[in-house]
Amino acid sequence: MTTLASDTTQVQPLTAAAATRLLVLRNYVVYRDAWKLFLTGFLEPVFYLFSIGIGVGALVSGFEVGGKEVSYAAFVAPGMLAASAFNGALIDSTYNVFFKLKYVRLYDQMLATPLTTGDIARGEIAWGQLRGASYATMFLLVMLAMGLIDSWWALLALPAVLLIGFAFSAVCMAATTWMRNFQDFDKITLVQLPLFLFSATFFPIDTYSGPVRWIVECTPLYRGVVLCRELTTGTVSVASGVSVAYLLVMGVVGLLVVRRRLDALLLT
Amino acid sequence: MSDTLSESAGQRDDAPATAVDAMIVARGLRKSFRQSSGASFEAVRGIDLEVRKGESFGFLGPNGAGKSSTMRMIAAVSPVTEGELRILGMDPAVDGPAIRGRLGVCPQEDNLDQELNVFDNLYIYGRYFGLPKQVVRDRVGELLEFAKLTEKAKSRVEELSGGMKRRLTIARSLVNRPDLLLLDEPTTGLDPQARHLLWDQLFRLKQAGVTLVLTTHYMDEAEQLCDRLVVMDKGVIVAEGAPLELIRAHSTREVAELRFGVGEHGDHAEALADLGERVEVLPDRLLVYTDDGEEVLAKTHERGLQPLATLVRRSSLEDVFLRLTGRTLVD
Repeated sequence: MTTLASDTTQVQPLTAAAATRLLVLRNYVVYRDAWKLFLTGFLEPVFYLFSIGIGVGALVSGFEVGGKEVSYAAFVAPGMLAASAFNGALIDSTYNVFFKLKYVRLYDQMLATPLTTGDIARGEIAWGQLRGASYATMFLLVMLAMGLIDSWWALLALPAVLLIGFAFSAVCMAATTWMRNFQDFDKITLVQLPLFLFSATFFPIDTYSGPVRWIVECTPLYRGVVLCRELTTGTVSVASGVSVAYLLVMGVVGLLVVRRRLDALLLT
Repeated sequence: MSDTLSESAGQRDDAPATAVDAMIVARGLRKSFRQSSGASFEAVRGIDLEVRKGESFGFLGPNGAGKSSTMRMIAAVSPVTEGELRILGMDPAVDGPAIRGRLGVCPQEDNLDQELNVFDNLYIYGRYFGLPKQVVRDRVGELLEFAKLTEKAKSRVEELSGGMKRRLTIARSLVNRPDLLLLDEPTTGLDPQARHLLWDQLFRLKQAGVTLVLTTHYMDEAEQLCDRLVVMDKGVIVAEGAPLELIRAHSTREVAELRFGVGEHGDHAEALADLGERVEVLPDRLLVYTDDGEEVLAKTHERGLQPLATLVRRSSLEDVFLRLTGRTLVD
């Protein structure tokens, strides 16, 4: 009967890092027995690599990246690497977050505990980021096995995909807080597909000219794609720093917006 | 009463004007919501209350009375619009997480984690309180016993019956061994058997000294569980006291219920007005408030009126409610 008496002496305040880890733990427990769901997201960019990078690539002669000659497959692969982090981050921070926020009221449950809206924002964004990064890490191993990595800089592709995951997870979760129903997610698809196809993933940026090129250069997935490409082909430059700063700012802004939106939606 | 008084006699220097062991103190508490039309809606319109340690306190009222809005403010998830609120001596606007660490919350609608099994629902929730792993594991075992769900530990939430989900939600709210347990309509929607099982569990908590605060619109529930309660209507408190005190103050000892033919109740009410202290006309029957119900029935027959059905019963909180708000609770 000890369970019934009041005794909150063992309740400990959570640090921000500990609270973030607990949310990640919660999501890990959910997926522990459903890891196969992770496989499909990982395989998609692998299929693209085989069909376009290698299949179509057989028809394309060598490519130049940052003054360095590479095969078409080695050109496409880092694009798919960035896209896998992007796709992985998107799944959790859009559909899954919406489900938890609107349908099962999971965040209301969490707010009955010492967790705060800041903890929820950080925890969920971190989970989306980790999901994206886990797809990308597996993809990176595929690239290694297929000899599509050409530089020790590629080791930094790991933090790079974490950064890409963070940026997209945060911004997509922020956008999700404005969604009213599942139909609204069509808009996400409307953005997701063109980003995937036109962010210099399958062809170089100099195919575009004038304003179109500037626009593409300002889109987030392009920054992720060129960053990964610079790392796996070993053509790192000042521009890589611009991409890092861009993605970092994007993630931080997204995080702040998510937190404010959760305050407005849940603490009424 | 007497032990709460003697406990509060041990004053602390930094104690506020109120009793040291006040778990909840509200003064002039208000809550407004901005509606989508832009207009502001005031759900709680200035209430004062104090809940003491070990007490079992109820909010009674129809839907829309402001009970749940008040409960959300007490749960430190809904900012106070105006007035003062102290929970466990702390300000919810400043110390939300610290307050919530010591509260148990059982919401009106079960918000169990659908993606986790029964065991993990309790385990993960316990971890949110910063409790060490082994402590949570031990407590989950005990709570599953308490909720009679040990055999369901590995089941998914969606496989549970309504009563089981409710018991799991209550068990979950106990994982941090809260100083103050908030229950928002704990037995709404449950069948009678499940309600009685739940009442037994809540009664055991009360006996163990846990401070309970609950909202309900079931009169029998309030009479069974609450030491003291407030009746809320349209955002204000219209009465406060122990259930029996309220019945004594706002009703008579007995009630004679008389059912006549459809549409006849209004006419007969006038003919019978002098038989009791008060006559209440409901759509399907007349309630005559009196100290002797049998006498009312006898006199009714003497006057040549033949009710289709009669019943003499003790006054209940339902009658208090009807008196104070002019409505039945089934809104």
